[in-house]
Amino acid sequence: MATPAKNAKPNPVSAQTQSEGLSDTHKKTSSHEISGAEIVIRCLNAEKVKFVFGYPGGAVLHIYDEIYKQNGFKHILVRHEQAAVHAADAFSRATGEVGVALVTSGPGATNAVTGIATAYMDSIPLVVISGQVPVPAIGLDAFQEVDMVGVTRPCVKHNFLVKDVRDIAETIKKAFYIAATGRPGPVVVDIPKDITAHKTSFHYPETVEMRSYNPVLKGHSGQIKKAIKLLLEAKRPMIYTGGGLVLGDGAPELVKLARTLGYPVTNTLMGLGGYPASDPQFVGMLGMHGTYEANMAMQNCDVLLAVGARFDDRVIGNPKHFLSEKRTIIHIDVDPSSISKRVKVDVPIVGHVQAVLSEMNEVLSTEKIKNEVSAWWAQIGEWRKVHGGRYENSDLVIKPQYVIEKLCEVTKGDAYVTSDVGQHQMWAAQYYKFDKPRRWINSGGLGTMGVGLPYAMGCQFADKNAQVACVTGEGSIQMNIQELSTCAQYGLPIKVILLNNRYLGMVRQWQEFFYEDRYSESYMDSLPDFVKLAESYGHVGMQITKPSDVEGALKDAFAMKSKFVFMDFITEQKENVFPMVENGRGISEMILGDTKKSDNNKGVK
Amino acid sequence: MKHIISILIENEAGALSRVAGLFSARGYNIESLTVAVTEDSTMSRMTIVTSGSDEVIEQIIKQLNKLIDVIKVLDLNDGKFIERELMLVKVKASPQYREEMKRMCDIFRGRIIDVADGSFTIELTGSGSKLDAFIESLDNTVILETVRTGASGIGRGDRVLKI
Repeated sequence: MATPAKNAKPNPVSAQTQSEGLSDTHKKTSSHEISGAEIVIRCLNAEKVKFVFGYPGGAVLHIYDEIYKQNGFKHILVRHEQAAVHAADAFSRATGEVGVALVTSGPGATNAVTGIATAYMDSIPLVVISGQVPVPAIGLDAFQEVDMVGVTRPCVKHNFLVKDVRDIAETIKKAFYIAATGRPGPVVVDIPKDITAHKTSFHYPETVEMRSYNPVLKGHSGQIKKAIKLLLEAKRPMIYTGGGLVLGDGAPELVKLARTLGYPVTNTLMGLGGYPASDPQFVGMLGMHGTYEANMAMQNCDVLLAVGARFDDRVIGNPKHFLSEKRTIIHIDVDPSSISKRVKVDVPIVGHVQAVLSEMNEVLSTEKIKNEVSAWWAQIGEWRKVHGGRYENSDLVIKPQYVIEKLCEVTKGDAYVTSDVGQHQMWAAQYYKFDKPRRWINSGGLGTMGVGLPYAMGCQFADKNAQVACVTGEGSIQMNIQELSTCAQYGLPIKVILLNNRYLGMVRQWQEFFYEDRYSESYMDSLPDFVKLAESYGHVGMQITKPSDVEGALKDAFAMKSKFVFMDFITEQKENVFPMVENGRGISEMILGDTKKSDNNKGVK
Repeated sequence: MKHIISILIENEAGALSRVAGLFSARGYNIESLTVAVTEDSTMSRMTIVTSGSDEVIEQIIKQLNKLIDVIKVLDLNDGKFIERELMLVKVKASPQYREEMKRMCDIFRGRIIDVADGSFTIELTGSGSKLDAFIESLDNTVILETVRTGASGIGRGDRVLKI
């Protein structure tokens, strides 16, 4: 947010404290004392932060002045604070490091809230530093004042208001520690402007000890042995992994475990890439738009190993229906409150997924595996034939699924793929084959439209030579379209894959299925000319209207290695996402095809 | 079922709102909540009276433990405990009622702590259900106002909530 206009009348309290700068107690400063603003910068550099995504404004001017003087981290100037937090979030998802965003007080802070809530729902470690009005002005409705600690309380792992310059270093140390450990999440550090002007000596603590926060890392050995025993006796075993496996960097251990056992694996939307999609043991994503075989296997298994997943409503649908089949559930999670929240668990294992899985692998290496599950695999093979991810391709109109399949081929399945929220997100999840973790970047929990472009920015900063594709819709892309400017400023060679169906596709699909085709406010009229729009920022714009041009256009776009390319694919308007589990139903109650177009319309129940 | 949960929490600004916010955000019941600093001024002790199924109570305890400022959580109903609450009741005490009021107060081991022309103020401590019983035993029309602190709880014998 910008500083107030020149003729705006400043708040008397803030004007006074800002002009004085230092209060009495801090006036005597010796030469080794530095300002709170400089301390903030020194802390971030001590944490080896590479990028800070932010936007300046009144309350953070002291901090921005110190940014100007330093050459540790690079500051990335976004066009809206929401995008700053999303970009920091994606940087973290892609690298595993803590993402950092910096915003000013009031509207800068509230603009950041959607980004913070998005990261919170997906357990992404972030440190968000927000400016605050000077301490004496707090609570007096000062210009650009908002109670940031109060506003963000329900959507952060923790937050702090720093009221003494001597607390800044320790607070930032704690913020990074809390954000990254246990179940990760965003931490907000709110710093009043006068505190950034006060001076004190700087000492960055090397370690943190908090009596109230000691996350459990190592799993209970007895529970682990019990879990292995159950897995080895299973007749219809299933491994279900989520975002926690990816965030906990446990994928290699999981792959080892799954291959040793030879059991089927499914990933949640957040967990894609946790197990290689091209591996024959992978049965695809599960859930509301999961594969037929994944959902059927999930429903009918007798022993379920859940790893870093939380049985949420989009994954298992109605918990009563899910529990109507008897099975034994083993659940590994770093967060005890995720265990037995929606579904009662038989063998809970609280611990870091990587530590628990490697201990499981050790136990398993001493066991003789003679478990026979070929009948179960035969059953899964039958289920695979039922739907198999088919869609009806066309020579006349571009099918969105076809674009994603070609995108996967052209990028050799190795791109960072970000998405927004809606049908295109589901098609990207279904048709791009993610073989590596941290390559699929999307808002799974909060479902935030507008994340796609800032997410792509975060990925490109994380890996400047990587192929980064932002799969989006014409609704979502317009929610953070201003970031085309940021991409121009930093020369980010992102490829936007816009699946343009002139509808808010997922809303329209629900209206078709559940509201008798009453398309209330889901049609997008007056779309911009995306080609010209992209070009106006100095990017390359393309519009693709014919199926036969899809592959060539993608190849051309990705061949332009240093260019940002905006690809506007004019697609089939009323394509639906299948399979689909209706809200509130069981996951084995899928709708497999379009009632209007095919015979495959009964829905298997 | 009713549960009394004891919490040791960092004595920091906003700690109470984190706990209260958790209960409202997740739709848990709060019958009462009391909090005050302990003998160690860096810590506060909170007592929450809540109700819910075993699953809900298990989630409440887990969610409370997840709050960064929370040091320890104890469900007092997992063992033996003592519950006390303080209530002040102002009642009408016109000449014809004065004797009866005094008698009721004695039966419940209360104390009259303020006497005025037309009213008594009675102080009563005990479990929540005892205080309820006192209120019920009075004619509603004689009660001028009541104020209750909410329950405080402590484990019996060796049961100690301490770091």
